[in-house]
Amino acid sequence: MKRFSFWHVVIFLAPAFLIYTVFSAYPLLDTLRQGFYTTSDTGQQSWAGIANYTKLLTDPQWSESFWNAMWNNVKFFLIHMCIQNPIGLLLAALLSLKGVKGAKAYQTVLFLPTLLSVVIIGFIWQLILSPLWGVSESLMTHVGLGEHFAPWLGQEETALITLALISVWQFVGIPMMLIYASLIAIPEEIIEAAVVEGASPWRIFWTIRLPLILPTLGLVTILTFVGNFNAFDLIYSVKGAIAGPNFSTDILGTFFYRTFFGYQSQVGSATMGAAVATTMFLVILAGVGVYSFFIQRKLQRHSF
Amino acid sequence: MTKNIGKLSATAFTQLILALFTLVSVFPIVLIIINAFKSRDGIFDNPLAFPTPETFSLVGFTKVLDKSPFLHFFGNSLTVTLVSLVLILLFAAMAAWALSEYKFKGSRWLAIYLAFGIMVPIRLGTVSILELAVKLELVNTLTILILVYVAQGLPLAIMILSEFMQQIPKELKEAARCDGVGEFKIFFQIILPLIRPAVATVAVFTMVPIWNDLWFPLILAPGEETQTVTLGVQQFIGQYVTDWNAVLASLSLAVLPVLVMYVFASRQLIRGITAGAVK
Repeated sequence: MKRFSFWHVVIFLAPAFLIYTVFSAYPLLDTLRQGFYTTSDTGQQSWAGIANYTKLLTDPQWSESFWNAMWNNVKFFLIHMCIQNPIGLLLAALLSLKGVKGAKAYQTVLFLPTLLSVVIIGFIWQLILSPLWGVSESLMTHVGLGEHFAPWLGQEETALITLALISVWQFVGIPMMLIYASLIAIPEEIIEAAVVEGASPWRIFWTIRLPLILPTLGLVTILTFVGNFNAFDLIYSVKGAIAGPNFSTDILGTFFYRTFFGYQSQVGSATMGAAVATTMFLVILAGVGVYSFFIQRKLQRHSF
Repeated sequence: MTKNIGKLSATAFTQLILALFTLVSVFPIVLIIINAFKSRDGIFDNPLAFPTPETFSLVGFTKVLDKSPFLHFFGNSLTVTLVSLVLILLFAAMAAWALSEYKFKGSRWLAIYLAFGIMVPIRLGTVSILELAVKLELVNTLTILILVYVAQGLPLAIMILSEFMQQIPKELKEAARCDGVGEFKIFFQIILPLIRPAVATVAVFTMVPIWNDLWFPLILAPGEETQTVTLGVQQFIGQYVTDWNAVLASLSLAVLPVLVMYVFASRQLIRGITAGAVK
């Protein structure tokens, strides 16, 4: 019983297929291609094999900035994993408890920062942490920590951590909501059975709820990974493309931007930029690959 | 007795933690907004105080609106976001319908191809997107932003809408077909109205990143005519860094529309996320 014709399929699929192909899939493939080319001074592109990648990984100047950006990006990601996601889990666990007063209101406010632009959030925190305004310093003085205040965003040792924490502050609502959703999807009977058996709430959380939401924790991890290795806006708006002080906040996104558009004395290069973008693509692909082959396969979703 | 006390203290602990985090997440935003309504002296003398009749001042807002076409930026953001959203919803619904309803050769591969964009950020193709925009003479137009955002939003929207379409009872479609209703009519008059609940979910996942994006406006449409709010504020603050009134006011102007929208839509939005996430 064939009710549809070839043309139905074509017409329904064409708009999405064309726009996606032209403005997403093709540019991505073309970027991979350009990574193997080099641009001459006259703007002519010619085949260069893996020269761009050798330069990126072995040329002293290039490799130093590349590995600096990569390492900073790893730190950026680890801070999110160690702080953002555990806090998200804690908040979700508390919100999903029975009879918490005002749970909806808490949820609404905690999720609010994720809707605001990273640029705006960056500026807001820049003002709050500014020694000129002194808001943080006077707040810390109130609780007796005044002497520990420092211009964290301006110091080489603390700038990256501070930016990561700003990002954690903004996005903690996302793991919270995803984990909350999977916690409330656990059927009551399972929990009740455990309660009848005399299990403590603590034990129920660790041995029943947590294992059941592992797939969601996997999803949160991969979302954090892709988001972090693709980040740019926050660093750019607070620190500019130079990602100072002394490149201590440089991550792959800002490194890519500088390579592509150039800065100060360095001339921008589309082909070198494409090579950096390809490297980022491989990093993200590796993450997604690990996620889908190991985590998702082991952690079958529990369907009730 | 001890059990009750334990329960009571557990409740208190829960409330304390939640209240603390809620305070931390709302304090910076409130701080910026209250200080935007103060004079310069008010901002520096006592940042934590609400505006009083002595410190109240709108000088920051008048400066921002004088010196930058803020309302124009706002219009640009609104145009880009809404047009992209409508196109994403329409095209994604059509594609999701074709993929979930019609089984044809290669439909599985096509679904995988379209799903690829969920995990791989479109930003990585920027080098070629810019070249494409130059070739098509679309640099500094809102059109190129819309096209890129539609391409960016489609994969996830197709996935979410496909899940919804699969839940539509078969009988409904079969009955319409038996009555001789055409496929297009079935889609536009029966299916589209049925997937309205999914719109909230798709809207959250697509609108927010588009409205807030800095990357593509910065690269594809940095001209004054086509700046979006996010880029406009970023450039404005870069220029007036030392003018605290203007900076605070421009930040508030960027935050307030989102706040207002959130007040009206937060319940639906949160329901959309929780429903979408369980799937």
